[in-house]
Amino acid sequence: MYQLGNLVKELSDKHGRARESLMPILQGIVEKHNYLTDEAMVEVAKELDISAAEVYGTASFYTFLDTQVRGKYVIRVCKTITCSMKGKGEIIQTLEDMLKIKVGETTSDRQFSLIETNCIGWCHKAPAMLINEMPYTELTPEKVVEIIKGYMQKK
Amino acid sequence: MINLSINNQRVSVQPGTTVLEAAKKLNINIPTLCNHPDLCVAGNCRVCVVEQTGARTLIAACAMPVAEGMDIQTNTLKVRNARKHIVELLLSEHRSDCTKCYKNQKCELQALANEFAFGDTIFLDLVADRPYTIDRSSPSFMKDDSKCIRCQRCVRTCTELQHISAIAVANKGMHQKISSFHDRPMSHVVCTNCGQCVNRCPTGALVEKTYIDQVWDAIYDPDKHVVVQTAPAVRVALGEDLGYDPGERVTGKMVTALRQLGFDSVLDTDFSADLTIMEEGTELLTRLKKVLVDGDKKTRVPMFTSCSPGWIKFIEHKYPELLPNLSTCKSPQQMFGALAKTFFASKKKIDPAKVVSVSVMPCTAKKYEADRPEMRSSGYKDIDYVLTTRELAVMIKQAGIDFRNLEPSHYDSIMGESTGAAVIFGATGGVMEAALRTAYEIVTGREIPFKNLNITPVRGMEGVKEASLKIEGCVDDWKFLEGAELKVAIAHGLVNANKLMRLVSKGKAPYHFIEIMACPGGCIGGGGQPIPTSMEIRKNRMKAIYSEDEHMVLRKSHENPDVIAIYKEFLGKPNSHAAHELLHTHYTERESY
Amino acid sequence: MENKGLNKVDLIFEKIDPKEVLTKAYKISPDAIIQQILDSGLKGRGGAGFPTGLKWKYTAAVKEPDKYVVCNADEGEPGTFKDREILDRVAYKVYGGMVIAGKAIGAKKGIVYLRGEYRFLLPQLMKELDSFHKMIKQIGYDFNISYCMGSGAYICGEESALFESIEGGRGEPRNKPPYPTTSGVFNKPTSINNVETLVTAMMILTHGPESYSQLGTKDSRGSKVFSISGDTPTPGIFELELGMSVQEFVNEFGDGDTKAVQVGGASGFCVPRKKFGNTIIGFEGVPTGGSMKLFNSSRSMYNVLHNYLDFFAEESCGQCTPCRVGCQQLLKGVEKVKKGEVKSTYLNELMKLADTMKVASKCGLGQSVGNAFRTIVENFREEIIY
Repeated sequence: MYQLGNLVKELSDKHGRARESLMPILQGIVEKHNYLTDEAMVEVAKELDISAAEVYGTASFYTFLDTQVRGKYVIRVCKTITCSMKGKGEIIQTLEDMLKIKVGETTSDRQFSLIETNCIGWCHKAPAMLINEMPYTELTPEKVVEIIKGYMQKK
Repeated sequence: MINLSINNQRVSVQPGTTVLEAAKKLNINIPTLCNHPDLCVAGNCRVCVVEQTGARTLIAACAMPVAEGMDIQTNTLKVRNARKHIVELLLSEHRSDCTKCYKNQKCELQALANEFAFGDTIFLDLVADRPYTIDRSSPSFMKDDSKCIRCQRCVRTCTELQHISAIAVANKGMHQKISSFHDRPMSHVVCTNCGQCVNRCPTGALVEKTYIDQVWDAIYDPDKHVVVQTAPAVRVALGEDLGYDPGERVTGKMVTALRQLGFDSVLDTDFSADLTIMEEGTELLTRLKKVLVDGDKKTRVPMFTSCSPGWIKFIEHKYPELLPNLSTCKSPQQMFGALAKTFFASKKKIDPAKVVSVSVMPCTAKKYEADRPEMRSSGYKDIDYVLTTRELAVMIKQAGIDFRNLEPSHYDSIMGESTGAAVIFGATGGVMEAALRTAYEIVTGREIPFKNLNITPVRGMEGVKEASLKIEGCVDDWKFLEGAELKVAIAHGLVNANKLMRLVSKGKAPYHFIEIMACPGGCIGGGGQPIPTSMEIRKNRMKAIYSEDEHMVLRKSHENPDVIAIYKEFLGKPNSHAAHELLHTHYTERESY
Repeated sequence: MENKGLNKVDLIFEKIDPKEVLTKAYKISPDAIIQQILDSGLKGRGGAGFPTGLKWKYTAAVKEPDKYVVCNADEGEPGTFKDREILDRVAYKVYGGMVIAGKAIGAKKGIVYLRGEYRFLLPQLMKELDSFHKMIKQIGYDFNISYCMGSGAYICGEESALFESIEGGRGEPRNKPPYPTTSGVFNKPTSINNVETLVTAMMILTHGPESYSQLGTKDSRGSKVFSISGDTPTPGIFELELGMSVQEFVNEFGDGDTKAVQVGGASGFCVPRKKFGNTIIGFEGVPTGGSMKLFNSSRSMYNVLHNYLDFFAEESCGQCTPCRVGCQQLLKGVEKVKKGEVKSTYLNELMKLADTMKVASKCGLGQSVGNAFRTIVENFREEIIY
């Protein structure tokens, strides 16, 4: 596995150590590690010479900068009105059944996390979800099963 | 100048003035909550909204700069309705157990509720349905999230005044809260326990951890001999909680009150402040000798003062590599504590196990300091309980003492004598001044050449102060200092301490001796002092400290007869083996978060 | 009221030669560019509708060598997805608009703040940006565009919150004044414009302000890209001339059973069937950043309102009292009314609260929560109660 300390250093070298480098560094960690561990946040605080509480405070403001354990694939199902109207409930149900976790949880093999999120900008193709950064739209339970199977085979 | 009108009264003010400040000039009161004179403008709580003719929305008076021709109304129906709503909204996320709250009748939200939100509650209670934490982990203070109204004064304090940011705003929307690093207990983060946030919290969300009941229990226990010491800064601020204006000295009345409360011996931290000067001054001169004469590479200068426990924890967390620069002297409180259960007990022929040592401090960090495992030199916990100035005022009220009409009296003997040098420990620059008064005399055999011994360059509210002193005419023992220029620096408020530490870290600090006090203005602005605080209030307290000094017969620590006596009878010489055992300590490197 | 009817337009996605337009723009003065934008009558396309020409004029007037053009691509309003489509299809026109804005205000640096939800677009956008940079260098421009990514926070679409986010902080709106024109990102004078606004500016320079200002009405010049979703047989992106009535819109996009249209997203206004005819879509009627959601008679307006309030309670930044606590009170309040745990007249108290939020909140988010609340409760009161 990638060494965390090195990653934070590399990202700080790449983006700089000014305050405005904080977001790209945190985003870079999440990209590699799925979420921000406490050690990662402490490392970042040291590199940028700011307090760890401020790093946490900033990270926790942003939905995509998770500070809780997340799996390799984070599934974010849109819960805003159109997706809600067009069958979000069924999509969640399908995912919960398939992954055997509830919304907010992560599978025990740390492969998948299932969460709900606010509008992701695909209302005309609702219901929609993101898996990491990839959008999937016009979902049906069948389609979801296929998509998740694809990801399961990836590992 | 900018001309505007507020409630149809004209006023001219400097550009950049806020509407709130302009209204103040007209004696028009606009209620505020998140606003604080020591902190930057937040504009968060919206309690101060007023109406500006022609504007689409109301404006926050605290955040809005004046503009030419502005027409402001502060008491329209629209304003009143909004203000009532805002106070009601704040109340709906605040656990209002007012009658049981430590801040009852001292709570700014309660005062606003009293003005704007009486009658039936409009909104639903939001506290009941969500989890909240009451963090009691620190020995100094408690953080109760259920009473927090998110004004962020504490966060601004911790960042702007103290450069620590042990707490920050976390999450957003309905989940927003004030949090330490990932919700860790306050005892396990970079917090210095300075209590500046406690001093500025408008509600009961941040309050000192109180030991009033434990102290009463000790007082009522016939088996115990309860010794109390009072720090220099307490006597110039206690009055504020008992109906006096800021800056009134109440030393004598306070001593009488302490006796009436039932303390068996009423003693003075000033005594151990003088002792600190003897120990610390000697340590400084010894360090200088080691560095300048012996060429000792292990000895570090500049030496830092070590009286302020908030500062000690700051450096342990933030600059552990500079710990060797810290004086090994304990703070006056802890020197006193170590002696109370040894020297004092034996003099008084009391079993030290039966001595309960209480201190009254302007400080919340002192509560933490007393709990440090290394503070047990007497074989017991050297200081049993630390009360803040505020807690003492509460006890005086509980006992029904008519403070204003008390006859002043003197501290008890043995460890009750003090000098003006000790009194000024309570203000930024005071430890430095006291040290210089004594050290100069040790080295040259003459009094320091300042009029009335007032070393004015080290005084005042400037964040970082510098001074230098040419040493001439040294006595034989200190000839190596002949012609040397002693350079000193002083910082108060940890944001300023940090500036100096950066310089020292980079090797760019040309000083021999640095005094740091964690709180703005020094101990007079301590986290345990009466609320509210402001620059003006602190200046008044500071003035009182220096006037107390000028009124003392003895002005130099080495002239304190109790100090002379204790060296003669018990400690030998400053920095002796016995002194090291009881009066010196060591430090611990801590995590950076 | 001026009514232009429903007319489809093809301006935003029209293929043009950016080099030609930017070469033309290179040769004219900043003042002349600003004048063209002023003449066109263009108002900001993000939703707030501040005249773009004025924004540029104010920023240009500040004497400061270091200025910024910021493209607001933090499209988060529920029901809005036009900026994604624009970036996907005609990013070069967004960049072109930024270069033109930069020339107008005297800025050499541009930042695109792209919402985290659209990160998948970034590789392609960066590739296009590379060739775009080469092209403008050939013309002679000294202007550089960089990307800054959001990470999932609706409030960062608010301009000063967006600056805070670029600077590495929590996306909390600032007190205003100072305005971005004098103190924006990194406290430098900044013109911050929506994706569509920048493309429109580019198109105004392509075709001239006169032809643009012939589109639309007196208060709402030009055309607009609409994001259409909900109960409609034809969801998607449509560019339409401004100045149509909701009725005309519903005739084209409705499913024959439309009972309400939410114009402008969760922070916008709910128009019920009985008002379709006399409500114009535009600044003179119901303004919109492009979000149009249609609801048919099978939908519960309580669910719609609840969904919006839930959204706001989570997406409020949380710093100011009226918005942080107000959103929670509205949400809990309608829940209690629905369950019958409080009297239905409690809605009147909540209406007053919505009014307070409108006038006392620190930023546009809190100020606009009341729009949907008021218009849904006023028009569908019985659905909220029973």
